[in-house]
Amino acid sequence: MDFSYTETQTMVRDTLARFLADRYDHETRMKISRGDGWSPDIWKAFAEELGILAAPFAESLGGLGGGAVENMIVMEELGKALVLEPYLSTVVIGGGFARETGRTDLVESIIAGGVTTAFAWAEPKGRFDPANITTSAKRSGSGWTLSGHKAVVRDAPFASHLIVTARTGGGQREQAGVSLFLIENGAKGVVRRDYPTADGGRASEVYFENAEVPGEALLGETDGAFPLVSRIIDEATTALCAEAVGVLRELHRQTQDYAQQRKQFGQPISKFQVLQHRMVDMFMEAEQAASMALMATLKLPDPAAVSMAKAKIGKGLTLSGQEAIQIHGGMGMTDELAIGHYFKRATMIESQFGNTDWHLQRYEALAFGEAA
Amino acid sequence: MDLSFSPEDAAFREEVRRFIDENYPENLKGKLDEGEEWSKEDYLSWHRILGRKGWVAPAWPTEYGGPGWSATQRYIFSEELARADTVPILPFGISMVAPVIYTFGTPEQKARFLPRILSGEDWWCQGYSEPGAGSDLASLRTKAERDGDHYVVNGQKTWTTLAQHADWGFFLVRTDASVKAQEGISFLLIDMKTPGITVRPIITLGGEHEVNEVWLENVRVPVENRVHEENKGWTCAKFLLAHERTGIAGVARSKRGIEKLRAIAATELDGDRSLIENPFFKRKLAELEIDLAALEFTELRGLAALAAGKPPGAESSLLKIKGTEIQQRITELTLEAVGHYGAPWFRGFGDSDNEHAIGPEYALRAAPTYFNMRKTSIYGGSNEIQRGIIAKMVLGL
Repeated sequence: MDFSYTETQTMVRDTLARFLADRYDHETRMKISRGDGWSPDIWKAFAEELGILAAPFAESLGGLGGGAVENMIVMEELGKALVLEPYLSTVVIGGGFARETGRTDLVESIIAGGVTTAFAWAEPKGRFDPANITTSAKRSGSGWTLSGHKAVVRDAPFASHLIVTARTGGGQREQAGVSLFLIENGAKGVVRRDYPTADGGRASEVYFENAEVPGEALLGETDGAFPLVSRIIDEATTALCAEAVGVLRELHRQTQDYAQQRKQFGQPISKFQVLQHRMVDMFMEAEQAASMALMATLKLPDPAAVSMAKAKIGKGLTLSGQEAIQIHGGMGMTDELAIGHYFKRATMIESQFGNTDWHLQRYEALAFGEAA
Repeated sequence: MDLSFSPEDAAFREEVRRFIDENYPENLKGKLDEGEEWSKEDYLSWHRILGRKGWVAPAWPTEYGGPGWSATQRYIFSEELARADTVPILPFGISMVAPVIYTFGTPEQKARFLPRILSGEDWWCQGYSEPGAGSDLASLRTKAERDGDHYVVNGQKTWTTLAQHADWGFFLVRTDASVKAQEGISFLLIDMKTPGITVRPIITLGGEHEVNEVWLENVRVPVENRVHEENKGWTCAKFLLAHERTGIAGVARSKRGIEKLRAIAATELDGDRSLIENPFFKRKLAELEIDLAALEFTELRGLAALAAGKPPGAESSLLKIKGTEIQQRITELTLEAVGHYGAPWFRGFGDSDNEHAIGPEYALRAAPTYFNMRKTSIYGGSNEIQRGIIAKMVLGL
């Protein structure tokens, strides 16, 4: 057994951490958040200076020869700095689909930084079930016509392309009959309502109003894309768990720093045992999260491991986020301090790609043999 | 032993309910649900309506304009206001500074301030917490030095709720630094328009401007605006803490919150059923309702003891802790219920056009309310401080 990073992996982590410390402090992050919601310059630096957009791809695809472990390493660092740029949407998800469908051209464009993707899978009435799809794609000539409404599509306001799940057959909650499309953002018939998200990012409601897309927009098999969708969502959820580790480590670190500086009743509040134990709990949540993110990563594509990790980490995010604010007291309630923004991101991760309950139920179904 | 309210109390409840039905302003109904915030005028319009009826200050003695209600009637009244989801009557004037004034104030202070509090003419804020004095309030450093018939006040207060609207503030200030912390504090009433006062907004996690920093620089306050003796301010502060605690548990507001949550969970879909039929979610709702029932009957026991003439004890700390935990839990489950639609942020950044609801209307404030309600276990004596009070005062530890 060996959980140590290779030299290259250590280098990726350290270079990224140094870059974010230099170029992505909290003030910069808030400026980006209040501006366009992402920084093309930062993205360009990710592609050209750091090369991290190539980290999880095989050398045969133009990558650095990494995989899911590299995604984990990168995502944890991005979580520590609350990075808004679409690594998850583009490299993990877009790159994952491109890799699995043999779209070398797309992998290359992603690595170069020219293509960014947003993943339109959720629907207003589908809750967290990726098979619960009413958006339809019908053949028209050599292409397809899409109709429907996708909910809370993260990074859609600025992504160059949308990856969309649509029904080409089957009933609303069936896994069969799902197809996948890669569509240029802003194509005719694709209407967006863009908005900020509670954690300072950007998302859109995306409406397909008889959007005509060409035949080559299809990614993977007609009607048979669900296993692929499910697999990539599991990869994304695993990467999200790694981001959560970064967020949890910062929630703990910043809270402990604050408690050691803040004096009441003639001593630092970190001297109060009741607060010490709660900071220990936060520390333990971060450690267990790191273990679960690692487990899920190494066991990919095991869906049970992914749901175990997300359920465990989801609980930790709620606990640590709430304790961080409570221990900061009034200061934790201000928009000015970074801690509140970590709390918000923690809150949003808890429900992204299925909340704690959803993953608990999925794990139960997988482990105890119930129908999901 | 009797669980029911007396026929007189039931009739009183009917009267209150009818009055609210007939008089609560139409334009305030459902305002928060639509993503708006209460304006100064909203607070004042309902204050004035209740003031004209003689109901705005339920706990005041009749000689100063109170309605002369029993503890039970006051409880029923607050329950009915919550049931109707009215704009709250802010506590700073009516239930905080006024009792201090009618208990410790001079006849001149009573005549000058109480009628204006009752009418809503003066908006009050509370100058207690300081950057270095939160849970440890007695360590406050804002100082007031005598200069003839004035105090000259210098220092900084923080977390001052709605000070941006305030005409007056009641402040704890240090008048003697040479004695034990609690013994050198005085209670001053300060006109917020006095030169040297600067109010700066603090924006909180939900994007709200509810609280402020208040800076005081050579603020001259007439000595006649001191309540109680010099260096006896801590007595006023402690009295205020132990005073009127009706409604501190927020039971009725939480009942209303759970009703709304149930409606949301019945509407939200979870596959081929509604979310409320999901056994996980249903279990959490059930636990919440059980916790609320326990809180309600704890409060009723206190109320019955009070009605029987027993003095209020430290159970207000229990009501505050459990009440705020339940309020927070409601917002947590509401955010969970709305699923993806907790993410859209209803406040656009700057001049963004994010004015119309994204997703269902009930999801609009789910996240900001969850964020905002974290304050309840911090303010008014944090829940850690409240547990300390129970440990010391009730358990004798």
